[in-house]
Amino acid sequence: MNMNASTPRVEMRGICKAFPGVLALDNVNLTLMPGEVHALLGENGAGKSTLIKILTGASTKDSGEILLEGKPLSFQTTGEAQALGISTVYQEVNLIPAMSVTKNLTLEKTVGRFGMISWRKAREMAREKLRRLKLDIDIEQAVGSYSVAVQQLVAIARALDDDTRVLVLDEPTASLDAQETAALFDIIRDLKSRGIAVVFITHFLDQVYEISDRISVLRNGNLVGTGLAKDITRNELISMMIGRELGEVEATFAAKSNATKGEPVLVAEGLGRKRTLKPFNLTLRAGEAVGLSGLLGSGRTELTKILFGAIRHDSGTLSVGGKSVGRSSPRYSINSGIAFCPEDRKAEGLVGELSIRENIVMSMQAKRGWLSRVPRRDQERLAEEMIKALAIATPNADKPVGQLSGGNQQKVVLARALASQPSILLLDEPTRGIDVGAHAEIITLIRELCQKGLALLVASSELDEIIASSDRVAVLRDREKIGEIEGADINREKIIQMIAGDDGH
Amino acid sequence: MVTERKNIDETWLNRLKGSRAIWPLLALAVILIVDGFISPNFYDIRIVEGRLFGNLIDILYRATPTAIVALGMAVVIGTKGIDLSVGSTIAIAGAIIAWRIHAGDSHFAILLMALGAGIACGVWNGFLVAGLGIQPIIATLILMVSGRGIGMLINLFYGGTDPSFESALLQGLSTGHIWLIPTRIIVGLAIFAALWLVLRKTALGLFIEAVGGNAAASSLAGVNARIIIFVAYIVCGLLAACAGVILTADTHTSDPVSVALYIELDAILAVVIGGGSLAGGRIYLGMTVIGALVIQALTTSILISGLPPEYNLIIKALVVVFVLLLQSKNVRALFSKKAARPSP
Repeated sequence: MNMNASTPRVEMRGICKAFPGVLALDNVNLTLMPGEVHALLGENGAGKSTLIKILTGASTKDSGEILLEGKPLSFQTTGEAQALGISTVYQEVNLIPAMSVTKNLTLEKTVGRFGMISWRKAREMAREKLRRLKLDIDIEQAVGSYSVAVQQLVAIARALDDDTRVLVLDEPTASLDAQETAALFDIIRDLKSRGIAVVFITHFLDQVYEISDRISVLRNGNLVGTGLAKDITRNELISMMIGRELGEVEATFAAKSNATKGEPVLVAEGLGRKRTLKPFNLTLRAGEAVGLSGLLGSGRTELTKILFGAIRHDSGTLSVGGKSVGRSSPRYSINSGIAFCPEDRKAEGLVGELSIRENIVMSMQAKRGWLSRVPRRDQERLAEEMIKALAIATPNADKPVGQLSGGNQQKVVLARALASQPSILLLDEPTRGIDVGAHAEIITLIRELCQKGLALLVASSELDEIIASSDRVAVLRDREKIGEIEGADINREKIIQMIAGDDGH
Repeated sequence: MVTERKNIDETWLNRLKGSRAIWPLLALAVILIVDGFISPNFYDIRIVEGRLFGNLIDILYRATPTAIVALGMAVVIGTKGIDLSVGSTIAIAGAIIAWRIHAGDSHFAILLMALGAGIACGVWNGFLVAGLGIQPIIATLILMVSGRGIGMLINLFYGGTDPSFESALLQGLSTGHIWLIPTRIIVGLAIFAALWLVLRKTALGLFIEAVGGNAAASSLAGVNARIIIFVAYIVCGLLAACAGVILTADTHTSDPVSVALYIELDAILAVVIGGGSLAGGRIYLGMTVIGALVIQALTTSILISGLPPEYNLIIKALVVVFVLLLQSKNVRALFSKKAARPSP
């Protein structure tokens, strides 16, 4: 085996992968050197998981090639990838909580003869695996009885073999505290010293700088850049993650409309929830679009959901249209004129089995109550209007919404929100995972709505989108609102600087 | 791209193949045609004692209670739930009828009490599922197991020695006839029509399907998922009680141990044969009734074929497997690659 340090352990060249309606990976290259920790960064939907799935055999590429120590690879399953020494630990720990540590560790490769498992050998194997991580725990205990941190380590132990050459860690520190994270990093350094190439996916920038040698950033399925961690400043990194240069449409709108600000329609004072989001103040005004900027995990989605009542606040006060809200809930919010388009369309946005028409009508119907059904003819007219106004590409309004492409699904979510005739519209990642054309259309639509007097909140991981669509920007960092900027101050540098914090160079 | 797909969709053969309604209807037709070969005068319908008689009428007559229960089941399954307690609800409704008739209440009031018992059973199930968040299969198992015991306890209220009764009103609803048509078929049609109106002429049907399809998304869209699920179980309990009145009055006795035994399974089967998915999200009322008819037509066919009744369950199982295979996307893909491929 050629262990020359200058030979890349893995080379992924020109990887492309398309899903219906969206190009998940567009000609992505990724090189992993032996004994390096390679941080893979990017917002949700940037293509990180797709790339990792292709590397680990969980998904197949449309085109491109993967070289392992210079030899071309083609595998179809995770098992084949694992046999070649490429292992993954996924974000959700894939262990069976009720089973013992031994059983979890030896589940995939049972030892024994004639289909009988030799538990003595299995225990030896489990101890051996744990020894690699210097983890000393009772292997007969159920995995579920240990802390998440230990479970995480058991999952890593399972993924590791003597011949492991590449280890992918997907958000391993998401549920660990500082001490546990430090312990994990010691283990990662140890693995590194043994020549294993570690791919480290996270959204904590501090950790990126603490542990990684090189950084690659993905955005919208493209590789934005790769470089040594010591050569990339924090600001540059944030800019790579969220700061695409303004496109033509965005640039048009970046010239701010000097819209006259209307009355405050939503006022949040000290609103927050423990362990979710620190208390914040925010005012939304009619005819004004407020952008919500911050990195993944900074609390964008949480803030939006707290305003909508999908996450209940436990401190502060919220008033909508001058009336104070006690216990907020999505139903209450919709009835008082707030509409919300969630980030995760599939899980929280749409009912895939139901038709476009039914999905569009739903909020409006919920507002009217079940007894006063929107007549079929009105439903059809409304659906037709929306399909036309938002340019939803579909042969008819009765197509199940699950069969539409991502961009069109997003438009249906938007159509449903608009159909409920809101005075306040909360959009979480309105352009996530949709193609450039639809992207521009949606930004244009946001500006138009605003001019019609709607109060808008747009949470987005894309800086250009925030800059193009907002009159005012609220910036979040580490689950806290750290400030607001307005008018001429809204520019890339200013926002990036705020996100990076005082220690940004 | 879009127009191209449309053209493929528009050919009537493909539309027929793609239609979910075709397979259960085809199954029913095949069963009835085979019956015609087995028994030459299978399709004869004659008038005896002022009422229609014949194999076809018999199938409708016997399928009615199952169909009514299956309609309620379809609503619950639409919410992604299931109700195993419908048989027990029927037993409780029956026991209440026998008990109150012995107590001398007005028979119309007794009818309302029986239906009220069904609503109470639905409230209980709804409370467990929507209120406490217990998984539907476990939540309704509680009443399934205890319900027949409750029925037996109710029988004890009047000594429990003679649970039989006579009631012109209730028996009229069950075994009587209006002009030439058996009353229960009319009752069944009325229930079907009422349920259709409630589901499709209000927004209840949309809400139930939305909650069953994606509860989280429905809640964020402003639908009160809990109330909707609650209502679904109440509807199911009420319809089970309707079937309970018909079945109890048929034998004019309360028999909690064996009345409507395994009816929950037939009801679930009817929903599934009718194209409903246990994953929730869709309610097909008409197709559910067809499903119930398929099950009854099979049973009747086996009876008239002269095969020993021991074959009944096995043949039923085989036919059900066949119908379900026809509905499976994977199997259909074997026959027609175009029809089964989901559009992008």
